[in-house]
Amino acid sequence: MNKKSNDNIQTHSHFRDPSAPVVRVRNLTKSFGGVTVLDGISFDVYPGEMLVIMGGSGCGKSTCLRCIIGSIQPDSGLVELFGQDISKLEENQLDEIRKRFGVLFQSGALFNSMTVGDNVALPMVEHTDLDPQTIEIMVKIKLEQVGLRSAQHRMPSEISGGMKKRAGLARSISLDPEILFYDEPSAGLDPVTSAEIDQLMLNLAKKMDVASVVVTHEMDSAFRIADRMIMLDQGKVLMEGSRDEFEKIRDSKPTGDETEDHIRQFLQGDSDGPITHRRRTGDFREDLLSVAAERKTKRHWY
Amino acid sequence: MGALSILLGQVFLWCFKSVTEKKVRVDFPALSAQLVRIGIKSIGIVALVQLFIGAILALQLEPELARYGQEKQIASIIGIAGFRMLGPIFTAVVLSGFAGASIAAELGTMVVSEEIEAMKAMALNPVRYLVVPRVAMTTLAMLALTTFADLMIAIGGYAVGRFALGHEVYTNYWAIMQTALTHSDYYTGLTQGGIFGVLIGLIACHEGLSVKNGAEQVGLATTMTVVYSIVAIVLAACVCTVSFYIVSL
Repeated sequence: MNKKSNDNIQTHSHFRDPSAPVVRVRNLTKSFGGVTVLDGISFDVYPGEMLVIMGGSGCGKSTCLRCIIGSIQPDSGLVELFGQDISKLEENQLDEIRKRFGVLFQSGALFNSMTVGDNVALPMVEHTDLDPQTIEIMVKIKLEQVGLRSAQHRMPSEISGGMKKRAGLARSISLDPEILFYDEPSAGLDPVTSAEIDQLMLNLAKKMDVASVVVTHEMDSAFRIADRMIMLDQGKVLMEGSRDEFEKIRDSKPTGDETEDHIRQFLQGDSDGPITHRRRTGDFREDLLSVAAERKTKRHWY
Repeated sequence: MGALSILLGQVFLWCFKSVTEKKVRVDFPALSAQLVRIGIKSIGIVALVQLFIGAILALQLEPELARYGQEKQIASIIGIAGFRMLGPIFTAVVLSGFAGASIAAELGTMVVSEEIEAMKAMALNPVRYLVVPRVAMTTLAMLALTTFADLMIAIGGYAVGRFALGHEVYTNYWAIMQTALTHSDYYTGLTQGGIFGVLIGLIACHEGLSVKNGAEQVGLATTMTVVYSIVAIVLAACVCTVSFYIVSL
């Protein structure tokens, strides 16, 4: 296990490719309206590996993903994609980087005015010089890769949630990316469809040899697909390690170590533990008395 | 104002690039889809509103002009007022509710469903792919609809004269209108129509793309599009009128 201090990350693991990381994040911070969502996060992603970023709702994992893909600007810190600091890039330079990665959004984010096939074709139409016939063939290949060739001419509104995610995945691999980012790929899906999506992600990672960064809080899915895992909590990296290391904690008994118990509760999905206790912080009696005191001076609508 | 100016600058930049750079292709299917949605589908409502504007104008003018025996001048007043101001301004108000609100709702929903973010992640510029076709087609639609509206107002006035008012009104109605109107009446109205079109398109796109999250904000964006558009139309009409007055148009 490799518990992290926020500013001194020493990534480990036997999964690491000897070549340079494709994603390098250092001391990433981001606040919204005075609330710190990311508080000095650092990690690397290496070619060909599947990194899972997990954590509870509001822990900052989706914000982290959005900072990496350049959707939002971090307050401070470094995000390097393919060795380039994206904060120093012009928009057109960043677009060149964007063509080298694919993103699967939580909802699939298909363009509702286009058919599934046209959605998949769009990046190729806009960013390549391929002729229409070649693009048509490529679309069929990409849709076949995700098992959705039959839906090529259907509109996004006519297909199920799982199919939308697969179509979104087909679109995200249309330019043969070197990195794939997944935002909650299993969210809102039934267990079988969720397992299918996981298998699809593993197959794509293997066949295309892409690095994958998956943001999720679905533990079954995370343990199925991860090479390496990072757990975020309150905007910080709580732990970074291999899947085996996380599995060891999940299957162990409470030790009294607050961080480990916190991780264990999250992995096991227990209703009782440090996470639940933290949510109940504050003196409840005092809180109630303050309402009574406030009532004397303030008029409420009820 | 600042954000709208920046958006307008970006629209011009992409229009310029689509002419000068071979890589930036013009998406004609997207343009025609927007023209149908904004222009063609508005024809019915614009015709209805403008016919009634012409009719109301004739009915309001007749008693007063009859006192001086000048009923014939209804045609010239309707012509000048309709071509110079009422045609473009009422068409713009109708279009801001009919097409502007719909554009804002569409783009706002695209923001909420992460489509805009997906577009950026695919290195596709939302201004180029979404804003340019909408602003361009709102402008083109306004130009065409303003001309159509001018005709409808004139027909509305004539119809009321023919079926409700006396022969003094409709006899030589078209000839009197033709004599009263000058080219500048038509072109000043058309210029305003184009300006209103740009404003409606820009405001609708800006409001739609400014949605942060949630269905509530989409509703707010559509409402604010109509409110801001009407205020902008009236202000622009005022500025145009003063400008035309100064240069004696």
